[in-house]
Amino acid sequence: MRAIVTVIGHDRVGIIAAVSTTLSRHQVNILDIRQTVMQEYFTMIMLVDLAAMSLSFPELVAALNATGEQLGVDVRIQREETFQAMHHV
Amino acid sequence: MLEPYEILETIRMITVEHLDVRTITLGISLRDCADSDGARARRRIYDKITRAGENLVAVGEQIAMEFGIPVINKRIAVTPIAMIAAACPDEDYVPFAETLDRAAAVVGVNFIGGFSALVQKGYTTGDRRLIDSIPAALAATERVCASVNVASTRAGINMDAVAHMGRIIRATAERTRERDAIGCARLVVFANAIEDNPFMAGAFCGPGEPELAINVGVSGPGAVKAALEKVRGESFDVAAEAIKQVAFKITRVGQLVAREASRRLGIPFGIVDVSLAPTPTVGDSVAHILEELGLERCGAPGTTAALALLTDAVKKAGIMASSHVGGLSGAFIPASEDAGMIDAIRVGALTLDKMEAMTSVCSVGLDMIAVPGDTSAETLAAIIADEAAIGVVNHKTTAVRIIPAIGRAAGDTVQFGGLLGEAPVMPVSRFSSAAFIARGGRIPAPILSMRN
Repeated sequence: MRAIVTVIGHDRVGIIAAVSTTLSRHQVNILDIRQTVMQEYFTMIMLVDLAAMSLSFPELVAALNATGEQLGVDVRIQREETFQAMHHV
Repeated sequence: MLEPYEILETIRMITVEHLDVRTITLGISLRDCADSDGARARRRIYDKITRAGENLVAVGEQIAMEFGIPVINKRIAVTPIAMIAAACPDEDYVPFAETLDRAAAVVGVNFIGGFSALVQKGYTTGDRRLIDSIPAALAATERVCASVNVASTRAGINMDAVAHMGRIIRATAERTRERDAIGCARLVVFANAIEDNPFMAGAFCGPGEPELAINVGVSGPGAVKAALEKVRGESFDVAAEAIKQVAFKITRVGQLVAREASRRLGIPFGIVDVSLAPTPTVGDSVAHILEELGLERCGAPGTTAALALLTDAVKKAGIMASSHVGGLSGAFIPASEDAGMIDAIRVGALTLDKMEAMTSVCSVGLDMIAVPGDTSAETLAAIIADEAAIGVVNHKTTAVRIIPAIGRAAGDTVQFGGLLGEAPVMPVSRFSSAAFIARGGRIPAPILSMRN
């Protein structure tokens, strides 16, 4: 199962490191990563593979939310199919 | 590979523009629950609903979390109870409603639809008993929704049933008068009722439906409005295209959720209903879409044309985006559940007569209309008859969900709370329709050719 992680918020040091650490701690493999800074807003999009993850999806959501709270950014994870369904016929 | 702008557009639609799946509705046939003993029939009904619906809420929540799409309601629609209860000699069907209410509470759904009868051609004994039980049934329950189909294009309009429903609506209002006649918010009178509609209060599991089915209703008026904001001032060709593009995306989400819910529950996928269903939340209004098309207020001249364009564009996009589109599929224009409609009524831009015209081109009818508490049963019935005529002649579903606000007059407001919102009380004609309603009988089915 693949999912999209998005991180949106004010830019600061260590966002990528912290989110990546949370993912790697739970055996979530990062397949692709893109980021931009629009005005002062930091936007990072990761494509991740959940095949080997060591916890349940709700637990992963909770872990990412906790990381997001520490960083003061909004972290979301959604299965890739949501975006594929909407944008790719 | 997905592009960042696509991902961000989806997230914006969900977080800012209120895109959501409005309901996953589980259709459950109760036809195997009929029994000559009423108590035994109710036990079977309870057991079947609680068994079939056991995982519905949990699966809905799982899907919402994993796919990142809010799933607002999980609901159940059952076979019209008049068909099931008719097998037993019981005359009072309130215990059947109470059984549905209990089963809904155990499963965790906020509404259960199907305390219903289909009487477009005439009554069975069971139909009459069910309809007579509606006021007490709605007063005794919290989650049960009732509906009665009084007309169809094939059968014409059963004016005896229309008159009857005028009296039933009044009685329901009286029975729940201390709660602003909220019982009437769970009672719909249909013409050309739909067997697989997932939206309440009019959902039931039609006799042609399978044993179980997952029907999903999507929504997203905010996303449609946002798409139109980007083409402000451009021609209707451009506007219609913009609506289609966003409605396509919205429906694809509904299709994804429906398929996933079907797979996880092991229940066949029925249909996606591609209706734009507003909520009282700011930014989730169908009226505001119509205003975005260039109307100062919803209800101004041009509103019917704007709604026709909107409904058609949504249907076209939805049909391309889902393997099975059904239900009501169009745009809902409830008076109470839409912040823009409420405002338009308050400032005098939108009247009951204009709403009636709008129902000839949208997907439902006069929905959540509060009228003065002294509105007579005959006037209520005549309003139903007009609405049924629009549906019958135009081959479409129309519905009336009207609330005589006991003790209140035009200009007052009734508060229902939650998704039902608040409704300004609208004035109705002071001229009598009593002799018209007193005729009874049936208005014959319309001719299907020579259409002008």
